Amino acid sequence: MTIRRSGRARLVVLLIRHSLSLAVTCLVALAPAAAADALRIGLTQYPPTLNPSIDAAVAKTYVLAMTRRPFTVYDADWKLVCMLCTELPSIENRLAVPFDKPDGTRGVRLTYTIQPGATWGDGVPLTTEDVEFTWEVGRNPQSGVASAELYRRITGIEIKDAKTFTMIFDKLTFDYGAINDFEVLPAHLERAAFSDPAQYRIRTRYDTDPTNPGLYFGPYRISEVANGSFIVLTANPSWWGRKPAFPRIEIYAIENTAALEANLLSGGLDMVAGELGLSLDQAIAFEKRHGDRFAIVTKPGLSYEHVDLNFDNPILADVRVRQALLTGIDRTAISRQLFDGRQLVADGFVSPLDRVFAKDIRHYDYDPMKARALLDDAGWRVGVGGMRSDATGTRLALDFATTAGNRTRELVQQVLQAQWRQLGIDVRIRNEPARILFGQSLARRRFTMAMFAWVTSPENVPRSMLHSSEIPREANGWGGENFPGFRNPEADALIDKIEVELDESRRAAIWQRLQEIYAEQLPELPLYYRSDSFVLPKWLKGVRPTGHQYPTGLWVEDWRRGDAAAAAR
Amino acid sequence: MIRFLGLRAVEILVVLVIMSFVIYALIGLMPGDPIDLMITANPKLTAADIVRLKAVYGIDQPLMGRYLAWLRNILQGDLGFSRLYSQPSVTILLPRLGNSALLMGTSFVLALAIGLPAGIAAARRPHSLLDHAINFACFAGISVPSFWLALMLILVFAVALGWLPAGGLATIGDGGFVDRIQHLVLPVATLTLASIGGYTRFMRSAMAEALRQDFIRTARAKGAGERRVVLHHALRNAMIPVVTIVALSFGTLFSGALITETMFAYPGMGKLIFDSVMGNDYNLALAGLLFATLVTLLANLAADVAYAWLDPRITYR
Repeated sequence: MTIRRSGRARLVVLLIRHSLSLAVTCLVALAPAAAADALRIGLTQYPPTLNPSIDAAVAKTYVLAMTRRPFTVYDADWKLVCMLCTELPSIENRLAVPFDKPDGTRGVRLTYTIQPGATWGDGVPLTTEDVEFTWEVGRNPQSGVASAELYRRITGIEIKDAKTFTMIFDKLTFDYGAINDFEVLPAHLERAAFSDPAQYRIRTRYDTDPTNPGLYFGPYRISEVANGSFIVLTANPSWWGRKPAFPRIEIYAIENTAALEANLLSGGLDMVAGELGLSLDQAIAFEKRHGDRFAIVTKPGLSYEHVDLNFDNPILADVRVRQALLTGIDRTAISRQLFDGRQLVADGFVSPLDRVFAKDIRHYDYDPMKARALLDDAGWRVGVGGMRSDATGTRLALDFATTAGNRTRELVQQVLQAQWRQLGIDVRIRNEPARILFGQSLARRRFTMAMFAWVTSPENVPRSMLHSSEIPREANGWGGENFPGFRNPEADALIDKIEVELDESRRAAIWQRLQEIYAEQLPELPLYYRSDSFVLPKWLKGVRPTGHQYPTGLWVEDWRRGDAAAAAR
Repeated sequence: MIRFLGLRAVEILVVLVIMSFVIYALIGLMPGDPIDLMITANPKLTAADIVRLKAVYGIDQPLMGRYLAWLRNILQGDLGFSRLYSQPSVTILLPRLGNSALLMGTSFVLALAIGLPAGIAAARRPHSLLDHAINFACFAGISVPSFWLALMLILVFAVALGWLPAGGLATIGDGGFVDRIQHLVLPVATLTLASIGGYTRFMRSAMAEALRQDFIRTARAKGAGERRVVLHHALRNAMIPVVTIVALSFGTLFSGALITETMFAYPGMGKLIFDSVMGNDYNLALAGLLFATLVTLLANLAADVAYAWLDPRITYR
């Protein structure tokens, strides 16, 4: 009996083993070959909406960059260029005509001509009717358009013909030609959805019918969407520009970066976008392990990491303490040790790569002796255990927050904490999830010190970050991003002046003074300019990281195969 | 029995209403609202934009008013609009439910199919080599973190061997049966390996307890064969505590597995619920959480009914 059971058991084991082996063989044999004509890109987020005007998410900007074109944009060399228009308006070419307003300020009339070949994917020409409709949507308070400032500043649009129009702006600013955020919408498809403006964000065809070719006019159009998973782009036959090299682009949302790397290595992905991909330290580690297979391209950008200091805190209200905090940290060593020296140390809020960067402002090299002297001078004396306190016995203790779970920031934060502790400052880490830090602590100014990054554009006027009118408070609906509560009448006046100063050299002088004030007063502790890391296959050529918020995909038609295989094709 | 079922149905309804308010209030009490989160992604939003958007999204209304409006819509069969996906919540939920049911259901069946017989085998020969081996495997399965297991499986089967895809639901442009199976293998293996241990240990302990009972000795004394003693007499009694555990686990079939779904970029309910809670997407979070609650309550009801079938001494009036 026992012998019979053992024999049966062996038979069962044998059967299971053969079945498993057969199953694996079948699965492997039937594995579909990766589409050779598709470029597969990994992102760590999925766009919350595909409507170009509603919400503002990097993932959406990335996807739409390949399917649409802004009128104007900053290119990879940080120069303002036309994309959907034929010529940038300027006072010199008389396409920009300033005029005086009754209140003594100046407005401007800007004339643009739409690219003659610009056509929606369903063959309908892109015309001034679409421009007018977009303005109508943008300025309607119920439409759900996220940033309506640009649409509010346009006081009128005059139509010349089907392709030419003039926009009338209520304010003449130095960057008057830039209408980068004017996201043209297809009137022939979206007008019905806009019949009830309050329902537009729910009814927009970008979300109810996202594969409709008539919604797109770029080199690609969206042909397949799986919410939360992937988006497929196919070449748009009605695209007027250079034909893109890849008939298909597949964009996958893979949130976990370890899974993202695994997909790269297994061939599930060709590349990871720098705009929403691996952090620099992850990319450096990946390069060390797999640099033979992938090209890691990094570009220092305009987004800069910094520590916001709350001026309502009596300790931080003293400029000597703020200066001591910055002098007491070795940012060069942090960049070298953690980021292979690939992140530029920041001395202010303007990147050294920006044309308005001022060189001769106050620099804060690592000097712990000087930092100690500043703290002594501010009345913070070293006491028991090497920690500092003032004459009343109050300890020099500060809470320090950043986004919990962001490994890179947490690492930098620990280094900063250790360096400040050596000065006798008791820094307590109080990290919070991003939604709490940004949604509550910063927005309501309930923080002491907080580390995060600002993403900016070339010659970005820091009104929302430094102007006193932008301090979040209940009266303004907790709007504005001047989280430190920085109030400086001279800085306010300079910011107001920069916006309307057309003369480049005079504007440079204003920028210089503003950066000097920042460097003296330190409303924030600038750390370094972040570098985006692109993980690219070695055969892919033509991807040029921009370093600002306008993504590489705006030039997707330049992306090409550059290997021997491409030559054979 | 009918009266019992009727009363339980009323209880379920009351629990769902209470839970809906509790969940709504808890999400409402979380710091930051959807517009606060939008500000962080768009520094160009002005104070006027913020006030306008809060009105457009109805966030400027008191929490109770918003909850009652939501409840009214639910009673009319409208689950609301998902802010995170810009789609009706039901359009997002249904495919995710199907994906989760497939992933979790497959691993659930596999875990039971392997775990219960393994538990019985271990209980039949306590402290034998087989028992030790099964226990070792169980503790290994329980102890290994699922994210690590998932990563190892990806590295071995997707990266090193290249046999299986590293993640996703299906290959774009394919999505056939074999392709779906290929994409399921690794996440199912992760979940199954992580949950087998628990079922095996429960089954082992319940069966070992049952096999020590007097009626088992009586059955053997009456000459019943070992197979009949184990499967007919002991198993039926041992199943009562196991059914409770299985019923509780059944609720998770539709609430998903957050870590496994994240690691394999698998679009299931776990990730959806997590993202909707973190993103302040009330409609989606509520629909997902309430559905998971409903399934758990129904599974427990089914377990109560199963008790009566397994043990004739249990009756419901």
